[in-house]
Amino acid sequence: MKVAATLNVNGISYPVDLDPGTNLLTAVRDVVGLTGSKEGCDDSECGACMMLLDGQPVNACSYLALQAEGSAITTVEGLADGDTLAPLQAAFLDLGGVQCGFCTPGMLVSATALLADNPDPTEDEVRIGLSGNLCRCTGYDGIVKAVLSVAGSS
Amino acid sequence: MSVQTFTTASTVEEAIAAVAAGARPVAGGTDLVVGARTGKSTMPESVVAIHRVAELHGVESLADGGLRLGALASHAEIAASGDVRKRFTALSDASAIVGSHATRAQGTVGGNLMNASPAMETGGPLVVLGATATLRSPSGTRSVAVEDLWTGPGKTSAAADELLVGVEIPAPAAGTGSAYLRLEYRRQMEIAVVGASAAVAVADGVVTEARVAMTALSATIRRIPEAEATLIGSDGGSAAIDAAGAAVAAASTPISDVRGSADYRRAMAAVIAGRAIETALSRAREENA
Repeated sequence: MKVAATLNVNGISYPVDLDPGTNLLTAVRDVVGLTGSKEGCDDSECGACMMLLDGQPVNACSYLALQAEGSAITTVEGLADGDTLAPLQAAFLDLGGVQCGFCTPGMLVSATALLADNPDPTEDEVRIGLSGNLCRCTGYDGIVKAVLSVAGSS
Repeated sequence: MSVQTFTTASTVEEAIAAVAAGARPVAGGTDLVVGARTGKSTMPESVVAIHRVAELHGVESLADGGLRLGALASHAEIAASGDVRKRFTALSDASAIVGSHATRAQGTVGGNLMNASPAMETGGPLVVLGATATLRSPSGTRSVAVEDLWTGPGKTSAAADELLVGVEIPAPAAGTGSAYLRLEYRRQMEIAVVGASAAVAVADGVVTEARVAMTALSATIRRIPEAEATLIGSDGGSAAIDAAGAAVAAASTPISDVRGSADYRRAMAAVIAGRAIETALSRAREENA
């Protein structure tokens, strides 16, 4: 039995019909059609599916989509301003924060939440703040440098 | 997943009625949904989302010096509270390290308690701080000491029609310090390999009250009276701390799993308990200073 609901993703309202057990990640990727958020572990370990729910980070693989009705959902697609990348996104490109790219959407969303909460973090705070996001390519250094490069300016 | 019925409660009465009718409550989803997706459990047929029930939220300092947590108080909210940090420090220690930033933003103290994992972070601190849980059903409200809430891994003493609505912690005695510590391999998304909580009161250099609880060392989180006895009346020096740590190790009945063998857990129990007690004692002495 499907349930009709409205999901507000990146400021746009999407009418959706969902099985009640559908998780937010599946709803956004397969029903809304925004595939930037990734499914890594499907177990809340890796952070590749990270979205914001009213500004707060959520592992979208582990959250029921119907619970998000009435909240503002932000995905990686919502970070740029049209074709202009957010400063954080540009810094990831400039400073080697991206290799294969699979963790990048979740990293960007987590880093966005981190900087909103703590606009001028120390390197340690960035490393701890992003430790719910796994990256198997970069060794994290480029990612941390990218976040620090925009810290204090956002 | 096989959820057939999903409702969203907007009042605590609606939430309780749904639970009494057989629905499983979901708030942050960090246990229920994760468990189902990893195959550890299945999604219940009927779910009631309680995350929007305003009266179940909040961290409130009470006039009598106690603290009231709504069942839906998030770990992030508890960790951010200055009053919790200052007076209920063990809980602050625990809430600050649950899961990841996302788990702490969405996950709730009520979910943590009712999921009844013997490795949960907030359970031990609430036990040593003497907290009571408030359970409500259509037929009434009752309080139960948090340490009596669990009957086994994943099992609680709550009746099928009861919903945890809040947790109350009494005012700590003067000169109290508390701490929670876990052995971990990773900074976030970690589950305690071994954990320990301690709350101690010190007066004139003598330990007057001590409560010690172990986490991930037995089927449920529980106090270790033998460890407490070695501390009470002592000077809180290294001999007393070592004896308390040894008592925790002796009382532990750990399992072997992917995070550690039973032998390793037992060996680390004394170390982690000793550190938690030492930290609690030094915080108690700061209170006295």
